[in-house]
Amino acid sequence: MDTSFISQSLPLFAKATWLTLVLSFFGVVFSIVVGTFCAIINFYKIPVLRRIVYAYIEVARNTPLIVQLFFLYYALPRLGMVLDGKTCAVVGLTFLGGAYMAEAIRSGLQSVGRTQIETGMSLGFGKIKLMRYIIIPQALAVALPVISATTIFLMKETSVVSIVALHDLLYVAKDLLKEGHALQSNLMLVVCYLILILPVSLGFSYLERRSRFAGFGA
Amino acid sequence: MPESQMVLEIRNLVKSYGERLILNGISLDIHEAEVLVVIGPSGCGKSTLLRCLNGLEPINSGDIYLDGGLITGPDTDWCEIRQKIGMVFQSYELFPHLTVIDNILLGPTKVQKRKRADVIPEANNWLERVGLLDRADAYPRQLSGGQKQRVAIVRALTMQPKVMLFDEVTASLDPEMVREVLDVMLELATQGLTMVIVTHEMGFARAVADKVIFMDKGVIVESAGPEEFFDHPQSERAKRFLNIFEFTGIHRVAAG
Ligand SMILES: Nc1ncnc2c1ncn2[C@@H]1O[C@H](COP(=O)(O)OP(=O)(O)OP(=O)(O)O)[C@@H](O)[C@H]1O
Ligand SMILES: [Mg+2]
Repeated sequence: MDTSFISQSLPLFAKATWLTLVLSFFGVVFSIVVGTFCAIINFYKIPVLRRIVYAYIEVARNTPLIVQLFFLYYALPRLGMVLDGKTCAVVGLTFLGGAYMAEAIRSGLQSVGRTQIETGMSLGFGKIKLMRYIIIPQALAVALPVISATTIFLMKETSVVSIVALHDLLYVAKDLLKEGHALQSNLMLVVCYLILILPVSLGFSYLERRSRFAGFGA
Repeated sequence: MPESQMVLEIRNLVKSYGERLILNGISLDIHEAEVLVVIGPSGCGKSTLLRCLNGLEPINSGDIYLDGGLITGPDTDWCEIRQKIGMVFQSYELFPHLTVIDNILLGPTKVQKRKRADVIPEANNWLERVGLLDRADAYPRQLSGGQKQRVAIVRALTMQPKVMLFDEVTASLDPEMVREVLDVMLELATQGLTMVIVTHEMGFARAVADKVIFMDKGVIVESAGPEEFFDHPQSERAKRFLNIFEFTGIHRVAAG
């Protein structure tokens, strides 16, 4: 195998890996925030907002990310809103991921028993504190496996961001492919994704074991 | 004899679920340091009564006063009121994600905004009195039912309530654990805590009560001191109810 190829392409792959990591990080964090808000709106059945959330979740889950990115990058400027590639990618990932996280967290919230909530109320907790200290911690533990799967799904979904002119891993690999390094660049691609995703996957497994140990939901 | 302070005053409380009338005009006084035991057949509205007292159920009509202040008005801040009315449920309901000590400290620190360091001595003192100081750092799943229920009682007490409501707190415990929880409540009674206790443990009811009320179909049928009620129940309904708990010995005739 041509080792000089690896040393030459390494900086490119490293940069692209970093980009994927940054996009994934913000995409996932914002997804969890959006998802939590949507899930709480559903949980408290807040009128009007609840319908908007419902519509949002259906749209987000039933359109491909690539289409959402196209819209953000090419259609929005027509409406007078210009976003750069990275912003588009993060907004797109958040739009998609928020819907999945909302469903994950909603199932977590619903797993918290009625009497747990009443116990919190009988101790004088108001709606917001009840959510924060009693319901959400338990809900997250229950939702953790789905949150973990969604995180990894979103990290993999970043592979389409080259359509908004970002030089991500797939873009770099494709570029090198054209220069006739099909095998090497494909291997590099696999290795880079593994380096990115494997630790996240293992980290979540650890968290899941921990939260089970703490007796969440038991 | 001077009239002792009234803690809870219930006037003509009416509560229905849809068409079904559950509480049909309940009036009751609970004085400071008094232990009121509520008994009655299943479905007569005992739990509903307790839940109305701390606003977990909206009521149809009637008035409830806590320390002389109306708490069933339109602008009652239930979060405020509930801190003064402790409640313990049949199913303990410890928060599974928190250790024993954090279960106890959550309300005082997050709701009452007291400093953790100020509450810990009080919490430990209670834990010691219920024999669980060494389990302060355990998670609920590591405790027996009786231990969980004692922690739930301590958690409510550490909020420093004016009155405590107990809804069949031993009903889901194995028999050998019932006693340890009842003993804690008996001690609280001795200390002068104001309590409303729903229970099916008749021996305990008799021992702990200052006053017993017998409910049936949403009304108070009898209200009396424990000796009077258990030895000389007035109504047929109460007599029939108390008979459920009596066993008559069977005398076997030896065959042959
Ligand atoms: N949320 C509800 N919706 C409709 N009916 C209810 C509801 N909660 C309770 N009930 C009904 O109200 C009646 C009184 O219930 P409650 O739980 O107060 O009885 P209880 O005296 O505590 O009985 P038990 O000894 O079995 O606990 C019952 O007939 C019950 O079916
Ligand atoms: Mg009941």
